[in-house]
Amino acid sequence: MSGQATGSGTSGSTSSAPARRESLLPYLVLGLYLGIVFTRSEVISWFRIQEMFRFQAFHMYGIIGSAVAVAAMGIWLVRRSGIRSMIRRPMEFPAQPWTPPGTQYWIGGILFGLGWGLLGACPGPIYVLIGNGLSVMVVALASAILGAWTYGRLRHRLPHS
Amino acid sequence: MDPYSAWPWYVAGPLIGVVVPLIYLYSGRKWGVSSTFRDICAATVPGGLEYFSYAWRTEGGWRLTMAAGLIGGGVIGHLLAPETAVAISLETQADLAGLGLVNLGGLAPRQVFSWSTLLTVPGIVMILGGGFLVGFGTRYANGCTSGHAISGLASFRMASLVAVLGFFIGGLVTTHLLLPPILGALP
Repeated sequence: MSGQATGSGTSGSTSSAPARRESLLPYLVLGLYLGIVFTRSEVISWFRIQEMFRFQAFHMYGIIGSAVAVAAMGIWLVRRSGIRSMIRRPMEFPAQPWTPPGTQYWIGGILFGLGWGLLGACPGPIYVLIGNGLSVMVVALASAILGAWTYGRLRHRLPHS
Repeated sequence: MDPYSAWPWYVAGPLIGVVVPLIYLYSGRKWGVSSTFRDICAATVPGGLEYFSYAWRTEGGWRLTMAAGLIGGGVIGHLLAPETAVAISLETQADLAGLGLVNLGGLAPRQVFSWSTLLTVPGIVMILGGGFLVGFGTRYANGCTSGHAISGLASFRMASLVAVLGFFIGGLVTTHLLLPPILGALP
């Protein structure tokens, strides 16, 4: 079932200097690191998400806000330096121009938000919660994959931008 | 710092945010987690759909590997400190108790998030329904908390700002309008 029909052509139509082979090990290390940070800062907790949506603590806002600030500074430095990535793959800085009304961002965002409030976990924490031994989250993961599949099935009939 | 209490926001937030430029420096990729749901569909049951017809190994292998790491990191994080009650505010504790959640231990309320309660009304709506909406919504909006709220806002993208506003509208509706009747059906 897994035989891919897309052939061997790589995705992006980029043709600068030859890219180096991409080892996946750094991503495993980053995943382990993030799993530990997510667990020890309790952002994977349904209770913390409730506290956030009830505006009863600064914890989640502080984490998201300072993560955005550090990421923005990092991106600015990377862009300003004009440095190339270690494996010489081109930088994927998001550059899509904004075209109102952005229907998919509104509707998709609200639907995700409804689910985030119910499940108390966004995609990263779903994985981390499974690692924490909350094994019933594999059902939530399967349901999320079914949701993604359903989107792929209905995509051409849904309003976009 | 008490090693067993929650890491404060000013430690955790920067530790998370720095991942975005680190991935750019390594491979130029934009950090995001919810695309792994699409990769898993593409790898298992693409169903002849155009949305799942792409080279998932080369485009998604990196984030699937990271997701495997997230599971492993959860195991390590869990072993680093014995699980105690999450230190949420007293107001939140009172609100949740008012909704019928008497056991506030663990990472999620056991009255809802357990195998034995999966097929109760709150279990079906919150685990199955919530999971489905997370998968469907993130693919429709093309991103989740990592891709839009962190990578996207850090790149000053208007689309990400709109998506994050949507996340909060949805979450506030769930918290204040949907949860009371759903938890009212607790067995």
